[in-house]
Amino acid sequence: MALTNEIIKNRLVEKFGDVLTAWGEPYGMLTFTAPKEMNLRIIQFLFDDEELQFRFLTDLQAVHYPDNKGAQLAVVYHLHNLRDNVRIRFKVFTDIQNPDVFSATAVFAGANWMERETYDFYGVNFVGHPNLIRVLNVDEMDYFPMRKEYPVEEQTRVDKDDEMFGR
Amino acid sequence: MRPVQYNNTVKFAGIPEGYMGEGYMATNFEKVVSLARKNSIWPLPFATSCCGIEFMATAASHYDIARFGSERMSFSPRQCDLLMVMGTIAKKMGPIVKQVYLQMAEPRWVLAMGACACSGGIFDSYSVLQGIDQIIPVDVYIPGCPPRPEAVLDGVMKIQELVNAEGLRRRNSDQYRELMESYGIQ
Repeated sequence: MALTNEIIKNRLVEKFGDVLTAWGEPYGMLTFTAPKEMNLRIIQFLFDDEELQFRFLTDLQAVHYPDNKGAQLAVVYHLHNLRDNVRIRFKVFTDIQNPDVFSATAVFAGANWMERETYDFYGVNFVGHPNLIRVLNVDEMDYFPMRKEYPVEEQTRVDKDDEMFGR
Repeated sequence: MRPVQYNNTVKFAGIPEGYMGEGYMATNFEKVVSLARKNSIWPLPFATSCCGIEFMATAASHYDIARFGSERMSFSPRQCDLLMVMGTIAKKMGPIVKQVYLQMAEPRWVLAMGACACSGGIFDSYSVLQGIDQIIPVDVYIPGCPPRPEAVLDGVMKIQELVNAEGLRRRNSDQYRELMESYGIQ
């Protein structure tokens, strides 16, 4: 029997109840939102469950929603069941003042690099990560460039005339 | 196939001004050194992106940078005269460019090829150095995105002019030391 979105949803609701919200299926991909302190338990459950078997972390990244007061940063997990070839996605939201989220490195070793990159660009503090330092940007950088609080253009330039460069 | 001696299109560098007699010639030492330097500039290609591809075309047989005595690419900075920075330099790459420059022995020249190396180009962004002249002094800028090989050759010829005109004592002058100090070198 093929693993359908409905089966996955029922298994999750059965296990975690109604703490999981915002269910949806954009482009057929099951998506939901979870409280941030639950993220590791959900990942572990999806990994261990004999029926679900989401044992591959396709991607992990953050999104900044500047207007979403108290929950500006979202961390998105993309998981893949390789046996049934089914993908799901879930998000946890966190306050930008206190961006602590449990690290997924205990379950997926591959999360190490992705979480470093997410920290590098969004400043999400992954609690329990073995080596949470910048990976792509210069070490001296003192801000998180992909947050939407900064202009896109390089600010250190003095010789670019704003009028001529269409800023 | 013609034997080499029939190749009469070879151009020789002009003889510098001086006093000549039978079996000897007396001239200014500076002129002789400039002549030698000018016609054997060893470049260090620091190619990071598409400008590097144009440079490869410049170095290949069609455009043939060897005509200017610069066919000897060196990847050892110690033996190079000309640092050719070609392509986008990310901020993380900046210290490496500077280190390569510091490893080169005097006299050394720098050529910035393309919009990115000159000014950051289209990458007006947090991660890209807005022109390599923020970290090292640049002698010649080649505009273009990317510049054509003809433009690169023109840039090399501009460097040759600079090399030819440069006095032997320029690198010891106070002005030069000030320039270096403004970049935090020495």
